[in-house]
Amino acid sequence: MSAVSTASIRPASPRSRVWKEVIFQVVCILVLVAAILMLVILLAGVIIDGMSRLGWDFLTSYPSRFPERAGVLPAVVGTFYVMLLTALFSFPVGVAAAIYLEEYAEKGGFGVAWFSRLIDLNISNLAGVPSIIYGLLGLAIFVRTLALGRSLLAGALTLALLVLPVVIIACREALRTVPDSIREASYALGATRWQTIRHQVLPMALPGILTGAILALSRAIGETAPLITIGAITYVAFLPDNVFSPFTVLPIQIFNWVSRPQAGFHVNAAAAIVVLLPILFIMNGVAIWLRNRYSRRH
Amino acid sequence: MTMQPETMSNQTPKQTQTLDADHLKIEVRDLDFFYGPQKALSDINMDILTNRVTGLIGPSGCGKSTFLRCLNRMNDIIPGTRAEGSILLDAEDIYAPTMDVVQLRCRVGMVFQKSNPFPKSVYDNVAYGLRVNGWKDKREIEERVEQSLRQAAIWEEVKDRLRSSALDLSGGQQQRLCIARALAIRPEVLLMDEPASALDPIATARIEELIQELKRDYTIVIVTHNMQQAARVSDFTAFFYLGQLVEFDKTDVIFTNPREQKTEDYVTGRFG
Repeated sequence: MSAVSTASIRPASPRSRVWKEVIFQVVCILVLVAAILMLVILLAGVIIDGMSRLGWDFLTSYPSRFPERAGVLPAVVGTFYVMLLTALFSFPVGVAAAIYLEEYAEKGGFGVAWFSRLIDLNISNLAGVPSIIYGLLGLAIFVRTLALGRSLLAGALTLALLVLPVVIIACREALRTVPDSIREASYALGATRWQTIRHQVLPMALPGILTGAILALSRAIGETAPLITIGAITYVAFLPDNVFSPFTVLPIQIFNWVSRPQAGFHVNAAAAIVVLLPILFIMNGVAIWLRNRYSRRH
Repeated sequence: MTMQPETMSNQTPKQTQTLDADHLKIEVRDLDFFYGPQKALSDINMDILTNRVTGLIGPSGCGKSTFLRCLNRMNDIIPGTRAEGSILLDAEDIYAPTMDVVQLRCRVGMVFQKSNPFPKSVYDNVAYGLRVNGWKDKREIEERVEQSLRQAAIWEEVKDRLRSSALDLSGGQQQRLCIARALAIRPEVLLMDEPASALDPIATARIEELIQELKRDYTIVIVTHNMQQAARVSDFTAFFYLGQLVEFDKTDVIFTNPREQKTEDYVTGRFG
């Protein structure tokens, strides 16, 4: 046994290995710094541009043809409502679909394996479909066929369709992290499949589900194309008072202002971006907080 | 999978049937079990007696765990599995279409190889089986939880921390908690799949003592990798090899005077 000398497996030149290690680390750090620097420059530019216009006035004013009087109130309120409705439509359906696919279809037998594989494949494909296609779908189905018009409801349903595949995929991932030993333990105590899901699997998967759902929503919050397609308007001089009201959202307002020739509106656009960003950061922050909080507990 | 080395016959020792016919709890008849196209168990016949410990031994992959999981139909949750033949629990076929699997699992409890407490409090772990079976009365649940924890010899250690997470317990304590959890619904049969394999010798000794205590009230079937353990705790021992039941008899016969050469080779440590 001792015939194999330990020296023989030592690298020929340990120093060159150390150097490679150092170089690799430096490269990694440089890449990281470059990425963060980009973001900082972008943010700084936007904040410097928009700062002059930011203020309580800007948040509480309606759009106007005078840039210095225009505000984002309808867009902020519209964004809030659209997100709320999108979450309301996409979460229950998405979570239910994920539970079916993870807990019932695959484990049930009954020869439905090919069917769930087909659905599986389609969901992955749908997650990659460009958002404007969802806009066209929403226009055809919700705006025209169901005659919902250019309403909050039509917009939210369209965005719900858009994020649904992402919600389903994230939710399935979360369900998959629940070890089978927990399911077995529950079944062995005479729990039914639904009791097992309700009392053991869902609570354990919940932080993952929430994280995925919030990240999906934060994708929806920045979507412009599908909402323009279904005809969300850009000049809204009132707040939506029911789900059939016309509406606008922040990205559309930004898009509209950027495309105006007057420099004043460009400042407004920058300011509106500064309003949109914290909302996004807060949502992502909540997602991370939830994940950390629950992963510690388990 | 290749099977059936020539020397092997597979028979149930009929004498055990006549020996204790009154106390027959589970009768396994001509059981075949498949994972998809692969046959994992072949023509198993075995009688399991009330208030006795039946040990299942054999090398890894011989089918002993698969067999154990047939007894409460735990294999049902693995897609593509199939059982043929019959398993009678108190003369009732558990694979009959009329059998309520949820009811069956209340009667045939299970403790797993790796302790798997729920990420909940000690108390909720034990109460879970009661709650899912429709127990509502708080006081009754409380009583039963204490009883079960006492039965599993862990009450003294956890009585002051019933509300803290079960995951904070040591490995041995977690496994005894899992036993308490299984006992809470008062099963008639307790299946144990290598319950001590992940534990240190002291925790293992405690589990073994516990098994001796529990056999007064329960019928126990235990899978074990450890031959000494099988010799210590079980009244009857079944030796599995390559998906077949090679020999099944009283434990002292298996260990001192087995009929089959294969059994002798295994229990004396010549292979496996």
